[in-house]
Amino acid sequence: MYAIREALAAFRRTPLLTGLSAAMVGLALLVVGLFGLAAHNLDLALASIEERVEVVAYLRDDVRQNEIDLALQEISSLEQVRSVRYISKRDALERARADLPDFGALFSDLAVNPLPQSLEIELRPGARDPAMVDRVAEAAMAYPFVEDARYGREWVDRLFTLRRVGAGATAVLGGAFALVAALIIATALRIAIFARRDEIYVMRLVGARNGFIRRPFLVEGAMAGLLGGLIAWGLTYAAYRSVYASLFEIAWIPDPWVLAGIGGGVLFGILSSALAVRRHLREI
Amino acid sequence: MIDLKNVSKEYPKRGHALRDVSLHVAKSEFVFLTGHSGSGKSTTMRLIHMADRPTAGEVRVAAYSSERISDRELWKVRRRVGFVFQDFRLLPGRTALENVAFALEVTGTKRSEILPRSQKLLGQVGLSAKSGALVHELSGGEQQRVAIARALANDPYVLLADEPTGNLDDRATRGIMDLFWDINARGMAVVMATHDMGLIGRYGHARVLELDDGRLVYDSAATAAAGD
Repeated sequence: MYAIREALAAFRRTPLLTGLSAAMVGLALLVVGLFGLAAHNLDLALASIEERVEVVAYLRDDVRQNEIDLALQEISSLEQVRSVRYISKRDALERARADLPDFGALFSDLAVNPLPQSLEIELRPGARDPAMVDRVAEAAMAYPFVEDARYGREWVDRLFTLRRVGAGATAVLGGAFALVAALIIATALRIAIFARRDEIYVMRLVGARNGFIRRPFLVEGAMAGLLGGLIAWGLTYAAYRSVYASLFEIAWIPDPWVLAGIGGGVLFGILSSALAVRRHLREI
Repeated sequence: MIDLKNVSKEYPKRGHALRDVSLHVAKSEFVFLTGHSGSGKSTTMRLIHMADRPTAGEVRVAAYSSERISDRELWKVRRRVGFVFQDFRLLPGRTALENVAFALEVTGTKRSEILPRSQKLLGQVGLSAKSGALVHELSGGEQQRVAIARALANDPYVLLADEPTGNLDDRATRGIMDLFWDINARGMAVVMATHDMGLIGRYGHARVLELDDGRLVYDSAATAAAGD
């Protein structure tokens, strides 16, 4: 109770200093927030491209319906497979007409439909990496009536390399930004506590217990972290809105990330304060 | 009450600050601790306050021994040893009353008792009328009175004063000295470090301890006993 009262009193007594340290925490976390926003959207973009990874098995014209049904059933039951769609020769032709209107005349004048029937095999999320896709294609090729199974191997390889690089860069850059933010927060709170070293000195002088001295500073660190987190959240949201409104559609950071960011700010605020106070507690 | 037994203190850079000092201060004694600067006066005070630990020997204050007390328990000694300094060390930006109340507040005094006790303490040092004044609005002598009121807040056994009149003019010095004697008359030991021999001369009846280069070279009580 005393700790909370005293922490609030500190905000009142030195609004500039405490406000400044909260603002520094906020700006430090803003960098992390903006990075999170960019990383999240990059991830979403890559994920939506990945959604399109599918295996198409082209069937011979003489295959019987019951064979197709069996293959549909068997392939559907593979653990990597989300769904399998049968595309008949007619479906294929109609799709070609719709997709390629310039060639409409060409397609409509045909006496014989040259397009093959096929099975479009959609994969489960997490089963879209080159090795898994390869396995599904091989399984499809095992049927004697499957002429060819394609999935654009090179393209899938490249996509996954890109995702790996993306994940690595996110981890390294995110870690670096978080570290910089941590250092800024630690410095800001250290300055705030340094400014009050006289108080700590007097408390020690007259016989206050260490825990008693420490507590208000921990509460203050938590409050600076919380306030900074909220500032960062607000600014990141503003950045998100302005990009959304003026540049292109992007997605907002998932709520757990926001909570983790603010929670991280609070925890780090407490930790930084504890370390900074400890130094002063040793002075007398 | 205060006991130093064969106490030596060595600082890593400065070397020996105290060498084999033994002394005893009884309850309600008034002691001047004198010597040139660097003779070990402040070190002795710091050891009694347990801001430092002796390199050798033992410091005892009432029931607390430098050999046994842990860092976590130092607050217990601090409440029993009041300390005032040449530079007052008050919290700027706060009033006289707030400075005294702060000492009570941070040592766990009941909230309802803080204000009346702070006012009473300021009354004891003759500053009732200036309780609402900010520190920078007070004269040096008045600031030292606030510091004394703060040092008395937890009802200590002993009041340590390290060159308390060093920054004060003659008039203010006399006022502070009268206050110390007053406090001492009520049964509290006072140990005052000063290099001002003129000041000590004015209070010939007080005990005088002299340090030179970290050694206790003179004790008026021992000399008096030897002369008897």
